[in-house]
Amino acid sequence: MTTKQTTGMYDNFTRSGRDTRATHYCAGCGHGIINKLIAEALADMGLQDRAIIVGPVGCGVFGYYYWDCGNISAAHGRAHAVATAVNRTERDAVVLAYQGDGDFAAIGFNNSFQAASRGEHFAAFFVNNAIYGMTGGQMAPTTLTGMKTMTTPGGRDPATAGLPLHVCEVFSQLDAPVYIERVSVADTPRIMKARKAIRKAIEIQRDGKGYALVEIIAPCPTNMGTDSLKAAEFCNTQMEAEFPLGCFRDRTAEAVPRPPRPPAPTPMAFFADTHDDDAPAAEVDEAFGEIRLKFSGFGGQGILSLGLCVAEAARMEKRFITWFPTYGPEQRGGAAACSVVISGKPIGSPAVDHPNVLVCMNQPSYERFVGTVVPGGVVIVDETVTRTVAPPEGVRLVIMPAISLAAKLGVPKAANTMMLAALSRLGVTHVTRDNLIRALVDSFAKRPALAEKNVTLFEAAEIEADSRIRLG
Amino acid sequence: MTKFIKGNEAVVVGALYAGADVYFGYPITPASEIAHAAAAWFPSLGREYVQAECETAAANMMFGAAAAGRLSMSATSGPGMSLMQEGISYMAGAELPGVFVNIMRAGPGLGNVYPEQGDYNQAVKGGGHGNYQCVVLAPASVQEMCDLTLRAFALSAKHRTPAILLADGLLGQMMETLVLPQEMPPRPDMTAWAVQGTPETRGNLVKSIFLNAHEQEQHNRHLQERYAAMRADAAHEAYLCDDAEVVLLGYGISSRVARSAAEELRAQGVKAGVFRPVTLNPFPAEALCKTLDGRKALVVEMSNGQFRDDVQMHIAKEGKRYQSVSLVNHMGGVVVTVDEVVKAVRISF
Ligand SMILES: Cc1ncc(C[n+]2csc(CCOP(=O)(O)OP(=O)(O)O)c2C)c(N)n1
Repeated sequence: MTTKQTTGMYDNFTRSGRDTRATHYCAGCGHGIINKLIAEALADMGLQDRAIIVGPVGCGVFGYYYWDCGNISAAHGRAHAVATAVNRTERDAVVLAYQGDGDFAAIGFNNSFQAASRGEHFAAFFVNNAIYGMTGGQMAPTTLTGMKTMTTPGGRDPATAGLPLHVCEVFSQLDAPVYIERVSVADTPRIMKARKAIRKAIEIQRDGKGYALVEIIAPCPTNMGTDSLKAAEFCNTQMEAEFPLGCFRDRTAEAVPRPPRPPAPTPMAFFADTHDDDAPAAEVDEAFGEIRLKFSGFGGQGILSLGLCVAEAARMEKRFITWFPTYGPEQRGGAAACSVVISGKPIGSPAVDHPNVLVCMNQPSYERFVGTVVPGGVVIVDETVTRTVAPPEGVRLVIMPAISLAAKLGVPKAANTMMLAALSRLGVTHVTRDNLIRALVDSFAKRPALAEKNVTLFEAAEIEADSRIRLG
Repeated sequence: MTKFIKGNEAVVVGALYAGADVYFGYPITPASEIAHAAAAWFPSLGREYVQAECETAAANMMFGAAAAGRLSMSATSGPGMSLMQEGISYMAGAELPGVFVNIMRAGPGLGNVYPEQGDYNQAVKGGGHGNYQCVVLAPASVQEMCDLTLRAFALSAKHRTPAILLADGLLGQMMETLVLPQEMPPRPDMTAWAVQGTPETRGNLVKSIFLNAHEQEQHNRHLQERYAAMRADAAHEAYLCDDAEVVLLGYGISSRVARSAAEELRAQGVKAGVFRPVTLNPFPAEALCKTLDGRKALVVEMSNGQFRDDVQMHIAKEGKRYQSVSLVNHMGGVVVTVDEVVKAVRISF
């Protein structure tokens, strides 16, 4: 029971719902001492205005009754995730996470470990009392071998319950932490060392140097089923035998404070500079109607970019457009397809079930989609596709040697450009040749040499397409 | 300014204009482009980007950012959304704002990566533990992926509860022309309650724990008042409904299919219209009943009737006579076709 006024703590703990200066901790509990050491450190260093303590779920949950600084109560085990966000967004704050062993090392272990590995800028105070205190004395990851708890009534059996988890030793495998030390608050000399370690971890935050972890061995007489003296004795002997005290890491001297954020543009400036396509918004033109196109073939044939080119060109003409690709494993499995809708009014479904225009660059896609084309529509297939199925009545078939022509012209990858030229000559996209070419050039914005080459290819393919269209 | 981009990318544009300070993410198809765009753009604009170790962490990071009075967001799909429920419940309990984006895919379990709307109940009815609600917005275009992200931030801050942008794989992956917003809205002032490591906020406390049952009840009642106040922000879109004999109901991508179907039905001489909730919570129940007014109704959804059941519940809650509402749906990543909707209308009515 703390009744003496502690610096860094509220004068009165009214947040508990009572007018009191007594904490909620049991007699002999280590939490009360640690709460006090942290409070005094913040007060002595003049950091209460800057300090934000992220509390656990466990016996330490009510730290906010006492600490006169900013307080956030996190979900069970998540204090490291919460503190990550706080230190990333409040760079001048002194952020502390306070957690028990169940909270830190069981449910929250990965959150703790990953935050430490990222080298987040906060201090972690990890209270190891070898037990789940708040829920009534169940096994914690730090429970000693053979130790009796409510969930290890016969004593912790390594065969079924594993061995005690050594947090400092494990965290010492990480590169990022600046400071890692294990201390104890089981007697006065130990408390003095704990005091020093806690202050050091807080100083590291004050100076913006990085992640610090202080594991604190703490007696829990209530759940150890004993009195304060024996609980302290248990800490000093059995717990320290398993969890030796000492400093595991101290790179305080070398650690450099993180640099301030450079000034940044507004979204308006950012998108105007780097992302404005300089294309007009769509305009309603009921007379235009709607063209639904499907592009299909193998992944790697440039199917998706072919669809994009057509969509982009239509966009330059103020049409409403949608483009929708196959994605996920369907795409990786070899098939590639995309749906494009060009319309004179806002578009309903972007999925093209019945295309007016179908482009097929391989056999499976031809077989899959040819039957879906609407009467009056057109199918353009690569000549390598065997027309095992006839297109529906009233559907025009155009055969284009896209793959072989591209190879002959020296750019096998440009088969899609051959198809684009065929679409242009057929006039089925109702987009001007100029805009199709402009979209084609734009698609190679990052590789201007390829852009030029593709325009030459496009022109060659137009001639071929004309002969094919006449034939067809 | 316009940009031809994916729905997923448009979300990030919206977030940046909304003033989002930080993005916490974990990759998952079909939502990953949101993380990609955020990773590229957030740092360029002086905002933070953090790849979380899992979605549980991402949601709890949002809790932390919001506790510090910052605007944060995360995006995921079904499996990740399930993990985020812990953080969402804690945020609702602590009255913290933040925007969660769910690019729905087929479930349950791992399911697949194709579009579905099976997380409707999870989003609209809670999802996590406790008596809470989130603002839920259902975009239906790339433009709305941006605009409703902006609105989600505003409503979330206004009502101090998390907002969910409920979209699906198709909306996320498709590209349309986005007209970029022209300006940033004013920043909500959160200094009254946020914990920011400043002298003014030193006495603030963010928590969801109320040990005393009566206090916890009082807190719950206070939350319900917030949710009641939310109703004023219900929004919908009605298309060709004025003279409609049949009203097609759907949200998100289903409403786009319904729109095409209504046009096709009208071409065939059937007067069809579309009613689409833009906000799923608050639900535009009054507008729905006014629009329906006893007319034939057919729901288009990519789930098992969750949305249809909710429509009927809202009709009943508005004190209207029971009305049968037909359903045309698919699950598992299969998209409802325009033909199927047209056929269902012709057969049913
Ligand atoms: C998700 C979740 N699971 C379980 C609990 C119940 N619970 C509260 S505190 C606690 C363990 C506390 O033990 P520890 O972290 O060691 O802290 P101590 O109380 O010993 O200080 C548990 C399991 C919870 N609050 N949330």
